[in-house]
Amino acid sequence: MTGLLELMDVSVAYQVGRGILSTKKVVKAVDRVNLELGEAQTLALVGESGCGKTTTGKAAAGLIKPTEGSVLFRGRDVWKLDRSEFREFRRSVQIIHQDPFASLNSMLTIYKTLSAPLFQYKIVSSKNEAVEHISKLLETVGLVPPEEFIFKYPHQLSGGQRQRVVVARAISINPKVIVADEPVSMIDVSLRLQVLRLMKDLQHKMGISYLFITHDLATGRYFASDGYTAVMYLGSIVEYGPTNSVILDPQHPYTKVLLSAIPEPDPERTRKKKVMQLRSLDVPSLLNIPPGCKFHPRCPFFIEGKCDKQPPPRYYLDDHRWVACYLYEGVG
Amino acid sequence: MIELETKGTLTVNEPVISIDNLTVEYVSPRGVIKAVRGVSLKVYRGETLFIVGESGSGKSTLGLAMLNIVPRPGRIAGGSITYHIDGRNVNILDLPLEDQRAFRWKNVAMVFQSALNSLNPVLRIWDQMYDTIESHDKHISREEVYEKVRRLLYLVRLDPDRVLKAYPHQLSGGMRQRVMIALALLLDPKVLILDEPTTALDLLTQKSIMEVLKNIKKELGLTMIFITHDLSLAAELADRVAVMYAGKLVELGDVYDIFYRPRHPYTFALMKTVPKLTSIDEELYPIPGSPPDMANLPPGCKFHPRCPYATRACSDVEPSEEWLTPSHLVACHRHRDLSLRVEAR
Repeated sequence: MTGLLELMDVSVAYQVGRGILSTKKVVKAVDRVNLELGEAQTLALVGESGCGKTTTGKAAAGLIKPTEGSVLFRGRDVWKLDRSEFREFRRSVQIIHQDPFASLNSMLTIYKTLSAPLFQYKIVSSKNEAVEHISKLLETVGLVPPEEFIFKYPHQLSGGQRQRVVVARAISINPKVIVADEPVSMIDVSLRLQVLRLMKDLQHKMGISYLFITHDLATGRYFASDGYTAVMYLGSIVEYGPTNSVILDPQHPYTKVLLSAIPEPDPERTRKKKVMQLRSLDVPSLLNIPPGCKFHPRCPFFIEGKCDKQPPPRYYLDDHRWVACYLYEGVG
Repeated sequence: MIELETKGTLTVNEPVISIDNLTVEYVSPRGVIKAVRGVSLKVYRGETLFIVGESGSGKSTLGLAMLNIVPRPGRIAGGSITYHIDGRNVNILDLPLEDQRAFRWKNVAMVFQSALNSLNPVLRIWDQMYDTIESHDKHISREEVYEKVRRLLYLVRLDPDRVLKAYPHQLSGGMRQRVMIALALLLDPKVLILDEPTTALDLLTQKSIMEVLKNIKKELGLTMIFITHDLSLAAELADRVAVMYAGKLVELGDVYDIFYRPRHPYTFALMKTVPKLTSIDEELYPIPGSPPDMANLPPGCKFHPRCPYATRACSDVEPSEEWLTPSHLVACHRHRDLSLRVEAR
């Protein structure tokens, strides 16, 4: 299967260092990441804050140019497209940010917010057409009756309603892929499932593919239960596979530790959980990434002279499942 | 009224705080907003009580009110908050202002979500700790302070030699949060209130903070009140859970009752809407509608517009709180007719 959207050995490095006297340092936020997203597929990218998942999402959406590697859309390197082709790519890959309040302009009504891309991409040409189109969009995302919402400002809506507007804006120009970066983490618990279900419905109706970025593994598992999950640590993917396989049968020590540490909303279960102990609690700084496997200073299964030398390659357990860990050398 | 509350894990039923019919209001351009609407609640010595709710439920305001530090334009409009400490009953709202600060530090301390902003950025950790003790106890010696601080830092699993010399920005978020917890414990409070203590932290750091808190509970026998929206945290640490919705207590009970035998439709709906990490084939149900507009609350039960079981009575009259058992309280007209069940997995 050729992916709709592919990241091939993508690295993103930032230069840090203030002033003229301090030496400039390079921070590699994303380090040789390979991901593939098929048509109407869901891929959850999970990891802790600062692991590079947001940067990966931005690179996938063409908002950041990778320092190395390439982003392919329908098999073509998006940074080698001409202007109009690039514009088309940017239309096809939309992004939903975490904070539904910050991502909507508080000075603009819902109509203004939603009509701008419609005019820009010449999907509508008059106000009447725009109102009609937007009303349909609002109905699609469950903001009914639309006339009650269309001329409101963001502050007049609840968090869940605002995030629905953000979803409406993302789908308004018929994207193929939506990069959803923590789309429900800032909204109330009682509203999250509504928004997730809506996004799933749209996938079925419009054939949208999702790159679903989250630190919440339970939500990631729910949303990508029929898709794939990639676990990220300090800029690298450490484990990849079908979601249920990764979550229910984790292989990489980091994934195992993470899953053992996550509290669950079930008192008996969560109190019985045995946490795997790390060798160190400190998360290494991105300015000072450990050599070899980046997890080695914390890993309970650390093999000296091996894990601290070369970064582990991907070991395939089967066609769709791999782990970047020396423990799996020779397996599969 | 005779109090006969029993709680699964605790043998002593001695209240340390009694909140009675507490009302807190905010004056806003849209009118008076009642953030807490007549909450009565007892907190028992040595227990870990969780107050859970969504944004706007009034849980954080309730936490601030317990220390009488509701910021303007908010004000406590009615009710009382009585501390039962050292054989005395003190309503903190009646204390002269100049005594309140000392009373708070000595008896009840609070840890907030944003640890970075709560520490003074230009003071080393040692100086913050020393200043805190010194300003409350002029007679204590430097050596005594040093011993105490070291002991507390060990308790929160920090290396004193590394941390005491550091400035806040040199510590990670998890370390700063642990410093905040140690700082809160400096004056031996009887009660510790923690508002979303792990929200801004990494998953693995969260876990280590939770272990620290469990340890503190075991070692110091402290009364702890957590304010959070995070049900998993409650499942992990709580003895009892109070569920708030639209400024009212809608359910209160033992953690196992709340999670496995909830009696309020809102609590039940919350349990059925949160994705679980490892369960298989579990049905989830979205909660319809949106949280209420606190400036324009619906009549009757505030949850009725979103409740699948609502009847006429629910939209007419707000249900009062009722004890189902000596330890389980619910405010719902229909609790007798409903059989709500959450399977343990």
